[in-house]
Amino acid sequence: MSLIELPSPDPAVLDAREQIVRDLIGICGDAAVISDEDGRRTFETDALTAYRRMPLAVVLPTSTEDVAAVLKYAKANGIKVVPRGAGTSLCGGALPAEDAIVLGVSKMNRVLELDYQNRFARVEAGITNLAISAAVAEEGFFYAPDPSSQLACTLAGNLAMNSGGAHCLKYGVTTNNVLGVKLVTMDGEVVEIGGSYLDAEAYDLLALIVGSEGQFGIITEATVRILRAAEGARPMMIGFETSAKAGICVARIIASGIIPVAIEFMDKPAIEVCEAFAKAGYPTDVEALLIIEVEGSEQEIVDRLAYIASIAHELNPQALVVSASDEQSAKIWKGRKSAFGAIGRLADYYCMDGTIPLGHLPYVLEEISAICARNGLRVANIFHAGDGNLHPLIMYDANSPGEIEKAERAGAEVLKLCVSVGGCLTGEHGVGIEKRDLMRAQFTDEDLAVQLRIKAVFDPDWLLNPGKVFPLDAVERAMAETDPVARRREAAAGPAEAA
Amino acid sequence: MDDILRPATEWELKSMMTALRERAIPVEILGAGSKRGVGRPVSAPVAMTTAGMRGISLYEPSELVMSARAGTPLTQIEVELASRGQMLPFEPIDLGPALGVGAGLQTIGAVFAANLSGSRRISAGAARDHLIGVRGVNGRGEIFKSGGRVMKNVTGYDVARGLSGSWGTLAVFSEVTFKVLPLPDDVVTLVYPDLTDDLAVELMSLALAQPYEVSGTVHLSQALAGRLRHKGLAGAGRPLTAIRLENFTRSITYRKEKLREVLVAYGTPAELELESSLEFWSEVRKLSFLPPNGTHLWRISTTPSEAAALVAAARRHMALEAFYDWSGGLVWLETPASADAGSADIRRAVASHGGHATLIRADQPVRQSVDVFQPLAPAVDRITRGIKQAFDPLGLLNPGRMYATM
Repeated sequence: MSLIELPSPDPAVLDAREQIVRDLIGICGDAAVISDEDGRRTFETDALTAYRRMPLAVVLPTSTEDVAAVLKYAKANGIKVVPRGAGTSLCGGALPAEDAIVLGVSKMNRVLELDYQNRFARVEAGITNLAISAAVAEEGFFYAPDPSSQLACTLAGNLAMNSGGAHCLKYGVTTNNVLGVKLVTMDGEVVEIGGSYLDAEAYDLLALIVGSEGQFGIITEATVRILRAAEGARPMMIGFETSAKAGICVARIIASGIIPVAIEFMDKPAIEVCEAFAKAGYPTDVEALLIIEVEGSEQEIVDRLAYIASIAHELNPQALVVSASDEQSAKIWKGRKSAFGAIGRLADYYCMDGTIPLGHLPYVLEEISAICARNGLRVANIFHAGDGNLHPLIMYDANSPGEIEKAERAGAEVLKLCVSVGGCLTGEHGVGIEKRDLMRAQFTDEDLAVQLRIKAVFDPDWLLNPGKVFPLDAVERAMAETDPVARRREAAAGPAEAA
Repeated sequence: MDDILRPATEWELKSMMTALRERAIPVEILGAGSKRGVGRPVSAPVAMTTAGMRGISLYEPSELVMSARAGTPLTQIEVELASRGQMLPFEPIDLGPALGVGAGLQTIGAVFAANLSGSRRISAGAARDHLIGVRGVNGRGEIFKSGGRVMKNVTGYDVARGLSGSWGTLAVFSEVTFKVLPLPDDVVTLVYPDLTDDLAVELMSLALAQPYEVSGTVHLSQALAGRLRHKGLAGAGRPLTAIRLENFTRSITYRKEKLREVLVAYGTPAELELESSLEFWSEVRKLSFLPPNGTHLWRISTTPSEAAALVAAARRHMALEAFYDWSGGLVWLETPASADAGSADIRRAVASHGGHATLIRADQPVRQSVDVFQPLAPAVDRITRGIKQAFDPLGLLNPGRMYATM
């Protein structure tokens, strides 16, 4: 049915399923293991629902020690492990395999320490993104990265994918807001990386681990920065008759010296759907809408919105609306953050995530329309304009034969277009299985080899989240490059001597 | 110094590196060489500088992005940015004056190779946070790239950021791409006198817990403050704690009043207006009050609330002067000359209070004999050596600079 090839499962592991389940129950108890078919079915996909695989077994440990024991067992028995947070990955990052154990951290969701003087929170990694902000809201603090799925997605998943969100124009993405992690390696060793300090002691291992898509280890705890929230924030909406004008407006705002907290863009199809869903008062007669949010005291907000309005007025906007109340502000953001869900009620969609240099925006939007039209598909565009992170939603009908393949083909063309203008395949969702085979559009074999050798430092047998991020043949070649004799010798020497 | 390799292009860098690899010749990697005195002495028969690869290859002010060849002088980059009203948000410190080689020498590649961040790190992020792409050559002689020129990019592992702070031991950068920001319209600094280290850290942390986007918090001991050349503060002869606000004039006028109210228990601050503020923070950036004077210089990262106790613990063993940045999260210690630079006592203080310490300034024999970078926990050490092996299996790049056997 779909285009992406998934590795065929190891029959020996499939045959040993019952024994493996018994062993897992022995390691972390009955309550932590899901082995019945209905239970496992809940975990057979993530938010890239076109792909499904029934996992071998699902383990939901409640402690770092149990995670370590499961990984040690899996390593000793050559069983693959697919880490999972809340399963909200849009790129198949948490897609199971038939011969893999799904190891979910969602039961490990406690807040361990809140330190306002030093401005950090230490939490278990299965906590949801929004729960971190909720835990510190009373003191006026928040955790900055805010992916649209923040109500459901876990910090563990955010760390794996280096997630962003609408407000990272000002506050940065996950990697800019993490100070330390407790990482369990595939050997079952618990490693503390970083701490509550602002820089690394030697190599920046944290930088490598964040965004490694669950392929280096399983993070069970993290120390994240918390920031004092601004006194207030308010969005404004500016509508234009063309996307090009909206793009110019964004460039001028940024060049003028103001960095708003967020600059979001929607095209007409997206505006209509979101307005129908959220009734936020979006102007529906414009081709392109910018939602721009600024922060500060009441006077600062008024000053900054007026300044941005003066820039916009030079471009003759068709609509310019400042949010009149907290209620309206909430609706404006609700509309934006539920955009994917709202479009999902109309059609199946394939959500892309390329980033482009902003100067190419008008050209890229035109090309995206042309690509989708050529494939007979509709598209709605929603994106983080301040940093050029596009989310074209390519709509299709999953029940109509051949449509998903068409959508995937169009998606691949769109992402190659992003790379061709100097951008990248994915700005915040990750590679997963979805963009795995497109990696050579952006990277040379040597670029990929550099990354694959880092993977081998953590997991030379490729047991953690296999079949993702890299083209399968590149992984095969990298594994062949590693001398098997040397690896055996290293394994026999045990971890302490392997260095 | 005649036989310093000086590639002018990435291809030349690759072919030189390939030739060195074929004959297994170790090489010391330099930018301008201004930080050559940091780290353990490198024993390599050959040196290579990136200084021949220079020039700004991309600058899009409206996209807040710049790319430059690794050997481009930082001063050239900052002049170009300032001409368009922009800056490097992480305010890289200049170790030159503290190392006795003068200010303004370093290259942009070395700024990222050493992950040098200044006082604005607390609000804007570190050098590594702004590094969005690199090109370079590893110890295998392979040209590779990571990241790119767009702000948001999670395509593949974050190798670019992972190379930041590796001090030329993993790869030689040929080009770096980084995020820039607009220069603030206006700056004001509140300077509180006479606070003890404890109270200063408390004040700095309290300032950062307010919604006013404080962008610099430093505390200088009495002796260090006495070395300032700043017109208004020179010769004050008392400890100083400085809080910086950067924004539009109207905003900082409002915010500084709010801050003064919140911080009223700590005394009445002096106020440095724009020019005077710039002068002060420029001295901070150059660590001009920590010149080579026969002492050693340590850089310690710790949890702010532990900083004053850590300094006090070390002080029990030696006479020292402390400069606190990042509200106490970063401490610079000037320690008396001794055969081990006070290493044992300082590392013990760091161990009991948390954090890590790097010996930034010491004579070569001292750096040869004590750990310069923080000794690593066994598991972290193993991963670190694995990463080194992945990039530079023959151990040719800056051998021994960070750790004796690496």
